[in-house]
Amino acid sequence: MSAFRTATGGRIDRSRVIEFEFDGVRYTGLAGDTLASALLANGVHLMGRSFKYHRPRGVLGAGAEEPNALVGVWRDEARYTPNLRATTVELYAGLKAESQNRSPSLTVDKGSVNSLLSPFIPAGFYYKTFMWPKGAWKSLYEPAIREAAGLGRAPRLADPDRYGNRHAHCDVLVIGAGPAGIAAARAAAAAGASVILCDEQAEFGGSLLADPTAEIDGQPAAQWLAASLAELSAASRVTLLGRTTAFGYFPHNHVGLNQKLTDHLDKPAEGAIRERLWQVRASQVLIAQGAIERPLVFPGNDLPGILLASAARTYLNRYGVRVGEQIAVVTAHDAAYQTAFELKAAGAGIAVIADVRADVDAALLEQAAGLGITVRRAATVLGTTGKLRVTGLVLGSVSGEAVQAGDTIACDAVIMSGGFTPSVHLHSQSRGKLEWQPALGAFVPGEAAEATLSAGACRGVFGLAAVLNDGAAQGAAAATAAGHGAGVRTYQASEAARHGGGFLGALPQPGGKPGKKAFLDWQNDVTTRDIALAIREGFVSVEHVKRYTTNGMATDQGKTSNMNALALVAATLGKPIPECGLTTFRMPYTPVTFGSFAGYSRGDLFEPVRRTAIHDWAREHGAVFEDVGAWKRARYFPRGGEDMHEAVNRECIALRHGCGIFDASTLGKIEVVGPDAATFLERLYVNSWANLKVGRSRYGILCREDGFVYDDGVIARLAEDRFHVTTTTGGAARVYAFMEDYLQTEWQDLRVWLTSITEQYSVIAVQGPNARRVLEPLIEGVDLSATALPHMGVATGRILGVPMRLFRVSFTGELGFEVNVPADYGRAVWEAIFASGESHGIVPYGTEAMHVLRAEKGYIIVGQETDGTLTPDDAGLGWAIGRQKADFVGKRSLARASMQTADRKQLVGLRTVDPAVVLEEGAQIVDSPGQTPPMRLIGHVTSSYHSAVLGHSIALAVVRGGRARLGHTLYVPMPEGDIPVTVTSTVFYDADGARLHG
Amino acid sequence: MLQIQCPYCGVRPESEFAYGGEAHIARPTDPSTLNDDQWAEFLYMRTNTKGVHAERWRHARGCNRFFNALRDTTSDRFLAFYRTGEPRPVLAGGKP
Ligand SMILES: [Zn+2]
Repeated sequence: MSAFRTATGGRIDRSRVIEFEFDGVRYTGLAGDTLASALLANGVHLMGRSFKYHRPRGVLGAGAEEPNALVGVWRDEARYTPNLRATTVELYAGLKAESQNRSPSLTVDKGSVNSLLSPFIPAGFYYKTFMWPKGAWKSLYEPAIREAAGLGRAPRLADPDRYGNRHAHCDVLVIGAGPAGIAAARAAAAAGASVILCDEQAEFGGSLLADPTAEIDGQPAAQWLAASLAELSAASRVTLLGRTTAFGYFPHNHVGLNQKLTDHLDKPAEGAIRERLWQVRASQVLIAQGAIERPLVFPGNDLPGILLASAARTYLNRYGVRVGEQIAVVTAHDAAYQTAFELKAAGAGIAVIADVRADVDAALLEQAAGLGITVRRAATVLGTTGKLRVTGLVLGSVSGEAVQAGDTIACDAVIMSGGFTPSVHLHSQSRGKLEWQPALGAFVPGEAAEATLSAGACRGVFGLAAVLNDGAAQGAAAATAAGHGAGVRTYQASEAARHGGGFLGALPQPGGKPGKKAFLDWQNDVTTRDIALAIREGFVSVEHVKRYTTNGMATDQGKTSNMNALALVAATLGKPIPECGLTTFRMPYTPVTFGSFAGYSRGDLFEPVRRTAIHDWAREHGAVFEDVGAWKRARYFPRGGEDMHEAVNRECIALRHGCGIFDASTLGKIEVVGPDAATFLERLYVNSWANLKVGRSRYGILCREDGFVYDDGVIARLAEDRFHVTTTTGGAARVYAFMEDYLQTEWQDLRVWLTSITEQYSVIAVQGPNARRVLEPLIEGVDLSATALPHMGVATGRILGVPMRLFRVSFTGELGFEVNVPADYGRAVWEAIFASGESHGIVPYGTEAMHVLRAEKGYIIVGQETDGTLTPDDAGLGWAIGRQKADFVGKRSLARASMQTADRKQLVGLRTVDPAVVLEEGAQIVDSPGQTPPMRLIGHVTSSYHSAVLGHSIALAVVRGGRARLGHTLYVPMPEGDIPVTVTSTVFYDADGARLHG
Repeated sequence: MLQIQCPYCGVRPESEFAYGGEAHIARPTDPSTLNDDQWAEFLYMRTNTKGVHAERWRHARGCNRFFNALRDTTSDRFLAFYRTGEPRPVLAGGKP
């Protein structure tokens, strides 16, 4: 047994010895230990180096408040977790941990030269120093800072573990399972409320776990705890969540819980869920977070071996570990006396109790004297001695304003207490107000913003009996507020520790000057001098001081530092503390892994993928897919080693000479039905619809009220009261919402019903001079001849016996049909058409060929040619507007003078003078060569391809006053020089449409 | 995440809804009678309220109905939910 482990007591299992490794050295601990308690039992205090100065650091606390002892825990290369607090890492067999911020080792660290340089790297150093020279940031400063700073390193392999996600609802969520939380949960459960009780620790009980002599209702606290927890676990409406941190409090009583499930296990089961994110929606949230002890601020207060008195008590009573052999106590609070007495009883020497206060309770002094412990009153600390571990405490004495130097007390540990700060993190996160309690020297929860109650030490209630009774009362109140009437019960309790005193700010130093290296924020290496400097430089708001000095930032969120820093700011400014205000607490309360937030949304489950009924056929035929929104679309079908360019050329030529087949199923489809369907479309689309005959379709353009093109698509009239509207693939959902908006909120007089049928139909485009010959043998009940079914004609019938809506439409400029069949038959019909087409040279083509073919005809793609600032006329579609209509969405905006000026950007075609040059899409256009920036830009290229059928490149572009520039030469300036282009019509192929109408 | 009460379905999480901008901005019945300034007023000008704001929501992943809500933009509290076409409710205490 190690020298620092007590012979008896504690909640560790002395029969189970556990081997572990820290920085490559093997140690043993006991089941129930944390990494920190096990290291302390081995006499190891040095557990890390500080973030900025690389100063050696030991543990300061014993729980989530720990700012120093951040370690990386290595299970395997993929399961390396940085920045864990050694105080919250449960020991398991074979645990391997390493310290951070040190190179090469904890005891010898070359970065600690920063500490020598510290006069030159005060607050704001990063903001001031690395500003110049400009180029040095990337090459010099950033790499050096990244090497020296940073908190831990990321694991080098992808996370192999599973993370869960659960939603839960309850009447009362109790956060914190100390005496207040347990009493509250019992009260709420007794009233019949559904309760979730969570606690970040492995074991429920909070402060009771470190208080072996406390009694509740006449029985030892440990027994009461066990009985209470047994009662709660047996209750059917109570859920107990251990190792579960309430990390964030969101609007409408939505609380995020992070539950750790396997990190404490020797060998987690394969596939076990490692962490679970709970999203709890509670009608009442009861916060019982407790309080965190404040360190005292004095020069050299960060040496290993100096820690909080409450932490020392936890190590002693919960883990059976003495934090030193000869311990000095510095305190401004009564509770530290009891810790000193208990340490003494456990065999440690107490070198001194230095009390900052002049007046100390006589009973405490008497008890100390009885144990032979020297107490110095009106004491202060002027410094410490030691390098990697504290060896002495330099005391001083205070008399009025004067501070006198005193002697140095030899010791191997210092425990300190500045009193307790109620943990108001979650209350503050919920936007609840805070109230200053002068008697307590603390902020406590004030007016709540949510349905929130607090109980116990987190609202400034101290003392076991008071805490239990507050918990019971607040638990009953929460249950009542949630609709379950409850009576209030009371507890009798006693404990050895006393609760009085407290100190804020920095301990007095000679001459009233801030001492050297008196740390306020251990994690961010902020000293009293940094605060003084920030204020000298004009930062007077605490929020600004926080950002300039970094006090209370990052993963620590000021748990141990906020109040001392605030008190110091207030004292320096000569203002009362409540006037300075407190900085805002941010979520997360303690760090949460990315895995927990990602949950199941990883890999294949990251985002749902939409596939058409024909997807698998395309995959089997070698399609290369592209993402279009959530859809996978076949982009091209390469054969025998073709690249995309070769495949697309072949697909285009084959279609123009024979036949192509294309999966257009992703097009949005909305059925608009009702007696007023035509009127509805009249009001919405720019075109006329009243005069559209049944069995005919029309190309429709939809604008927003601002007059700019929003979507387009073919709309077919299947019956007087039934329209089949198609939209762009990407626009399907928003056009449907847009239609519903007008229908539900503006035109409630219209009898129209909308149904999205995008997923219900497979759409098979059959295009090319042979299209009719390919389809004819398969179709029943529809005459495909040009006279019976002309261009834009629509018919219903059957294909292979399957009901079909057949559109004679073309997005290629060739004779074309679009076969709409129920999606379940999509693949079968596709295969039948493909088989029928094989003797007619049919080829499958993808979206890339589709883009080229439509560009050869000058057909726009909304979102490619248009960018939200083009009117129908700008896009060359003015012909589609129903001029005689009194109104449609966007008409009034189109009537504005600026929407009709001659120099608006208009869609034109471009041909490069050199036919082999394919312009870059997005390239800018100027009207004269040889310009240097800034140039007068008159437009840009929207689409650009090589046209195989034409044997030259083609492009579409929007150009200021473009239609008046037909035949003009413009220039596309590129890094290699200007590319001359000629403005042409947008139609490059079959301008008179003979092929289309064939 | 906010909790929103669809007047047709009940209380649901915000992720089921789409925001629809300020409520009670009716499209003019005959836009052609408006001058450019009046049309711009309808099209672009919004109150940007600090305090109680009447706004539209759509239960996009539910019943797909539009409805209105009063929300205090300073606290993110909903004060009332009501159906499209119903007048803006008067809150207790007479606040609009
Ligand atoms: Zn609904």
